[in-house]
Amino acid sequence: MNSSVKLKETAPWIVLILIFSLVPVLNTSDYQLTLANHMLVWGLFAVSFNMLFGQTGMLSFGQALYYGLGAYFTGMLVDRIGPEWFLPGMGMGIIAAGLLALAIGPLTIRVTGVYFTVLTLAFAQLAWGITFKWYEFTGGDDGIQGILPPGILNDPVVYYYFTLALVLASIWFLRRIAHSPFGLTLRCIRQNPERVRFLGRRVRRNQLGIYIISGVFAALAGGLVAGVDNSIHTDMFFWTTSGEVILMSVLGGIGQFFGPFLGAGLIILIEDVVGAYTEYWSFIIGAIMLVMVILFPMGVLGEIQKLRARMKGRHAKREITGEGELGTDPRTR
Amino acid sequence: MDAGFVFIQFLSGLTVATLLFLVASGLTLVFGVGRVFNFAHGSFYMIGAYFAYTCVSMWNINFWVALAVSSIGVGLFGMLMESLFLRRIYGRAEEGGFQILLTYCFILIIDDLVKMIWGTEYKSIARPPGFSGSVMIGDLIMPTYNLAIIAIGLIVVVAAWLILTRTRPGRITRATAIDREMLNALGVNVPLTMTIVFGIATGLGGMAGALAAPLRSVTPGAGIEVIIDSLIVVVLGGMGNFWGAWLGALVIGEVNAFAVVFVPKWASLFSFLVMVVVLIFKPEGLFSTRKIRKV
Repeated sequence: MNSSVKLKETAPWIVLILIFSLVPVLNTSDYQLTLANHMLVWGLFAVSFNMLFGQTGMLSFGQALYYGLGAYFTGMLVDRIGPEWFLPGMGMGIIAAGLLALAIGPLTIRVTGVYFTVLTLAFAQLAWGITFKWYEFTGGDDGIQGILPPGILNDPVVYYYFTLALVLASIWFLRRIAHSPFGLTLRCIRQNPERVRFLGRRVRRNQLGIYIISGVFAALAGGLVAGVDNSIHTDMFFWTTSGEVILMSVLGGIGQFFGPFLGAGLIILIEDVVGAYTEYWSFIIGAIMLVMVILFPMGVLGEIQKLRARMKGRHAKREITGEGELGTDPRTR
Repeated sequence: MDAGFVFIQFLSGLTVATLLFLVASGLTLVFGVGRVFNFAHGSFYMIGAYFAYTCVSMWNINFWVALAVSSIGVGLFGMLMESLFLRRIYGRAEEGGFQILLTYCFILIIDDLVKMIWGTEYKSIARPPGFSGSVMIGDLIMPTYNLAIIAIGLIVVVAAWLILTRTRPGRITRATAIDREMLNALGVNVPLTMTIVFGIATGLGGMAGALAAPLRSVTPGAGIEVIIDSLIVVVLGGMGNFWGAWLGALVIGEVNAFAVVFVPKWASLFSFLVMVVVLIFKPEGLFSTRKIRKV
């Protein structure tokens, strides 16, 4: 690994850590801190989702299931027992998400393409229906309010750094996975599952593995957001939540590891800015995404990468990085 | 529980099933013919309902004329959306994912457009003249409008079957599903065929929306509820299978009708349960001829 590659690898981390760790220092507005917190948590959710979609080519429309599960484990345990159950609740939510993914995964990954999308959607909607209808247990449409993290975490700034640390650690871990032989297998599965089998790799086992990992980190994001908002709602299970995370990933660029993270920040920013002027922000997002899907399917980060590659291409041949393959323009393939 | 009650419940299930079939048939038609997954199909259903509302409640047009206007209007709108946007991504690598994304954008845009034009409050329209009453079956009441819906559904099924199997456009449509390239080589304008099929499919959705408008209140959220149900129907029947959609709709309609009687609170979850169970044992749907268990 030469120094320029090393720099390339560390640069996004430095930018990420710098920007986000400075947020509480630069301004004291609680609202902006919450906004940054949301960017972090949704960023993690989007990156974990993209391990499925961008890396492995499995478009799940049901990641809200795990996100909601993480949030409800944390929120309900705090609500029923007390704040000291915040962290254990988060842990239990993560474990539960892993186990649920282990149970549902084998059913959903049997089918491919649109069927996989619809089946994951159905499972998530089933969970939403149960949460919505089981009023006595979950609070139904009222959701649960007043979920306070325990002790020192109750301070918004401390909780922010807690989120930052967990999100960075998780993304670092997911990045390691993406660059591991397992990650390479996943990208191969996305391009040609049949050949992966010829090479003696088990397609379904790898798919199940990443499905579980993706669900676990979605649950972590859900648990974290319960502490940011101090409340949970059945909408966390709803299909629009799964849809939102897909839009974030596509906007940022599903072919880039950090694309979904950027996309999450952008969508939250757009919602915030546009939402101040009009209630029809989903129309704006829909229009932006329509243009993205048709003209820039590689997403913001992907298009930037392509532009840079084109500039560089005049001098030297394309550098082969782990993401070179992934960043191929779908229109030209 | 006596036989009369069961029969009434069956008929009300059949009404729901007919409406579901009308929506799902459009969904399955574009998927079967063009491999296009139209996630926004429910939104076209919703526009149909709003068109009917505008015609009947605001312009005082006869309901049956309004039904035709809504179906054709929604169909034309669908053709516009297909030729402006959807057509541009055909043949892309990983087309399926991009179709879902693009049509998801349609949902976001159409749902907000509807809110801008018609507002967020509930709209309702009266039942058409001559169908506002009900008939007695034993000592139980059955609204005549529900019976009309069932009859219209039957007419559409038979008409669709005749067109698809007995006419030249029907043959071209079926050929598009099998081999687009060969059809193109034979001088058929395949992109135009796709646009027309998409128009017919969304028109069917709009028709279902207009038909359902007197039964259910017209709301901006209507599209979302419908798309999930019709997805279940289509997956149950095997995607792209016309008759499968009909049977899937029947199963879901009846399951809902009877679940409401026995477990009213959890009734809405039963469609999901049916789907999960079917997919566990037969992932390709009840009637699919296509193998989808790749790898």
